Amino acid sequence: MSLLEVNALRVRLRGPDGPVEAVRGVSFSLDRGQTMGLVGESGCGKSMTALALLGLLPEGGLLHGSVRFEGRELTQLSDRELCRLRGNRIAMVFQEPMTALNPLHSIGRQIAEPLCLHRGLSSEAARGVAGELLHRVGMPDARARLDAYPHQLSGGQRQRALIAMALACEPDLLIADEPTTALDVTIQAQILELIVDLVHERGMALILISHDLGVIAETVERVAVMYAGRIVEMGPVATVFGRLAHPYSRGLFAAIPRIGGGRSGGGRGRLAAIPGRVPDLAALPTGCAFADRCGHAQPVCRLAEPPPLAVGPEHWAACGRLDAVLASDG
Amino acid sequence: MSVFLARRLATLLATLLFTSLVVFLVLEVLPGDPAEVILGTEATAETLAALRAKLGLDRPAAERYVTWVAALATGDFGLSHAYSQRIWPLIAERMAVTLPLAVMAMVLTTVLALLLGVYAAAHHNKPADAAIMAVSQLGISIPSFWFAILLILLFAVELGWFSAGGFPGWSKGFWPALQALVLPAAALALVQAAILARITRSAVLETMREDYVRTARAKGLGRDRVLWRHVLRNALVPVVTIMGLQFGNLLTGTIVIEQVFTLPGLGRLVFQAISNRDLALIENVTVLFAFIVVSINFLVDLLYAAIDPRLKARDV
Amino acid sequence: MSSPAALAGRGVLRRALRHPSFASGGALTLLLVGVAALSLAWTPHSAYLIQVRQRLLPPSGLHWLGTDTLGRDVLSMLMVGAQNSIMVGVVAVSIGLTAGVALGLLAAARRGWVEEAVMRLADFGFAFPAILLAILFTAVFGPSAVNAIIAIGIFNVPVFARIGRAAANVVWAREFVLAARAAGKGRLRITLEHVLPNILPILVVQATIQFAIAILAEAALSYLGLGTQPPNPSWGRMLNEAQTMIFTAPLLAVFPGIAIALSVLGLNLMGDGLRDLVDPRLARAR
Repeated sequence: MSLLEVNALRVRLRGPDGPVEAVRGVSFSLDRGQTMGLVGESGCGKSMTALALLGLLPEGGLLHGSVRFEGRELTQLSDRELCRLRGNRIAMVFQEPMTALNPLHSIGRQIAEPLCLHRGLSSEAARGVAGELLHRVGMPDARARLDAYPHQLSGGQRQRALIAMALACEPDLLIADEPTTALDVTIQAQILELIVDLVHERGMALILISHDLGVIAETVERVAVMYAGRIVEMGPVATVFGRLAHPYSRGLFAAIPRIGGGRSGGGRGRLAAIPGRVPDLAALPTGCAFADRCGHAQPVCRLAEPPPLAVGPEHWAACGRLDAVLASDG
Repeated sequence: MSVFLARRLATLLATLLFTSLVVFLVLEVLPGDPAEVILGTEATAETLAALRAKLGLDRPAAERYVTWVAALATGDFGLSHAYSQRIWPLIAERMAVTLPLAVMAMVLTTVLALLLGVYAAAHHNKPADAAIMAVSQLGISIPSFWFAILLILLFAVELGWFSAGGFPGWSKGFWPALQALVLPAAALALVQAAILARITRSAVLETMREDYVRTARAKGLGRDRVLWRHVLRNALVPVVTIMGLQFGNLLTGTIVIEQVFTLPGLGRLVFQAISNRDLALIENVTVLFAFIVVSINFLVDLLYAAIDPRLKARDV
Repeated sequence: MSSPAALAGRGVLRRALRHPSFASGGALTLLLVGVAALSLAWTPHSAYLIQVRQRLLPPSGLHWLGTDTLGRDVLSMLMVGAQNSIMVGVVAVSIGLTAGVALGLLAAARRGWVEEAVMRLADFGFAFPAILLAILFTAVFGPSAVNAIIAIGIFNVPVFARIGRAAANVVWAREFVLAARAAGKGRLRITLEHVLPNILPILVVQATIQFAIAILAEAALSYLGLGTQPPNPSWGRMLNEAQTMIFTAPLLAVFPGIAIALSVLGLNLMGDGLRDLVDPRLARAR
């Protein structure tokens, strides 16, 4: 039994002009100790997938499909039961360290909170553990920082605090949603390294969400490329990057500046190498959602959603023109 | 002391100075001859001259203003012409009614508004929310003195639980005196509670959309726990701002409500001063009202610093 | 913020009528205006005729809402009182709107110390409640409706100055203003041609709310005897007179209050609705 099994996950959100399908049938599984990356442009549904796993969709969000954690169906659990898992067995690190911490509570109190909640520690004991955690995540002068407020810390330090908070109860699954996007490039590398080290050290499973292929390539074992609410290509990092199969993945890859590495050139939202814009999720065309921006598109692509096709061992891509795309490598 | 508070204190003093200037201009300069205001137009030239001499009105206006403000700064409220006695004891006696009334109303306002506002926000877009919003819309639209009259109709005329007005004085015992303030405080609180409940609701809703609230939920805190631990204190800043302004509103609201319930408070003192044309009394009570209002707002600024550690960071 | 042109667009009226707050508030306000207009031409009885033998009659076919302590017809007094409330609202809001918006526009156009001075003046206005100002006025000039209206109007000045300045600052930062400045247009012309038309919707919303507040304030002042003087009927004054008879004729203390509450409720609802219609973004965030 896998630690996490996601099957045909769909998320429908309330948009300004009616419902929007943010996630449209996502399936994957993850074992203990495994790491996986979700990559795609903003709005492709990767963050919504993560929030759906925790049952934290925005108000009015609807969830279909199945999310099994250690065999338990999370979509059937009450909020109370989910609360016992959140921050305890499944923890999440968010994108914006600037706003993800409560400005009115000290760092120590915020890190200690899940310990008091899930482990029943006294606030004294929790504070001790919080100090150790802060030290482990590389916070300089950790003990003294327990009484600091978020505004007194730098962005990198806040992200370390958020990671310490997520680690507090030694979760089995860590979800990191763009944990380095808001940080300086030099800090980015340190934080990623910290996350990788901690995942190995504690044998956690990791889902890393990023728009940045470079970050994914350096950090995880397996990658899933998402586009318009679906996974369009998935496989082991080395295999996928060795032979990118989906035209969208290729476009993403082409957008990375090769020398130096790190951030993708177009920043979030738009990719220089792919013409057109991310389609409106409220009014998706039939067939392949990428067809309008795809150089390989044929009329057949607009008839039906392409099924996943094997590219190599454990590597698949959902492209109706897969043969032609792969052949175009020449 | 922090720069933030020093600036607020300077603003407070400037506001008070400006208030005293406006009051002085309106009462003593605008009408031309204050003695005529006090005695009326039918007064004879001799009595007017006598009064001018007695009150020192023959001195230039600027000099009179400076003398007055200087006296005020030392806590000297001067003499009441109509009562022929010092003003401060008069005020102190009336404050013993008005302040407890305003404080009671404020407490009632706060308790009601926070309960209703938070409850409505926690049940956003549900019937309870809609009902609370509808009632508060009605509350905002009702004049407080009419609500006071309705309260008298129900609790004094129909049920006979409270008296329709008057005040026995604190010397007759704590409870009877307090009881006389219950209906007035409720009347004052209704409108303010309706406003504050709406502010509270929208502040809570706004805070619930913050990232750190999602973080707290991801830690495994249930909805109610997140609400009490993370949302409320953050939502408090706008709420406290409005509360500061509302205390001022309540205080001036007492002028009307004291009239409805014939309570011997500051408001009625101002009123009697007007019919007695007691200029010195009007001037001083008006400035006192302004002083209390701006002091409360200063206290609110102090409260901010207690609520939000980011403000302490501005300390130098 | 949408431009006035967009507000005047074709679909807006239909959208407005379907907006529950605006529609119900508008209906109540129309009722208020209609009753006031009707009372100019017709009232069931005279609102001024004193008939001591007809005093304190209960509601009947002849006097629908009964008569007061002096035998005057309550319904007729309420109808004429509506004129009074509207007059107070219109004049007080006009004073505040004219002076306040002028100050606000000046602050936004000149910035610097002018803006600072206007804003500090506005701050002071907030620390000095309308009712105290009215009391000061009556202390000097004697109680009258005009003094009450002026006091309420002055109280409105800082409200409009603040809102006008904030909204105008937003417009001054927009590209078309920049373009106008680049074309060499002066500050006054830009203010009149671009800024004022663009902040109009916000001002209309605020004027509606202030109208409601003015009605409440005038009622309170008249109740205290500082506003409208007899024999002119005013709702606040009627409540004052009714209170003396509260044990014998309690209904007298009910009707004028309902009239005030409904008028204020109507204006408040209309203001809320207008705000949603002018700025749909805010409505959705709610």
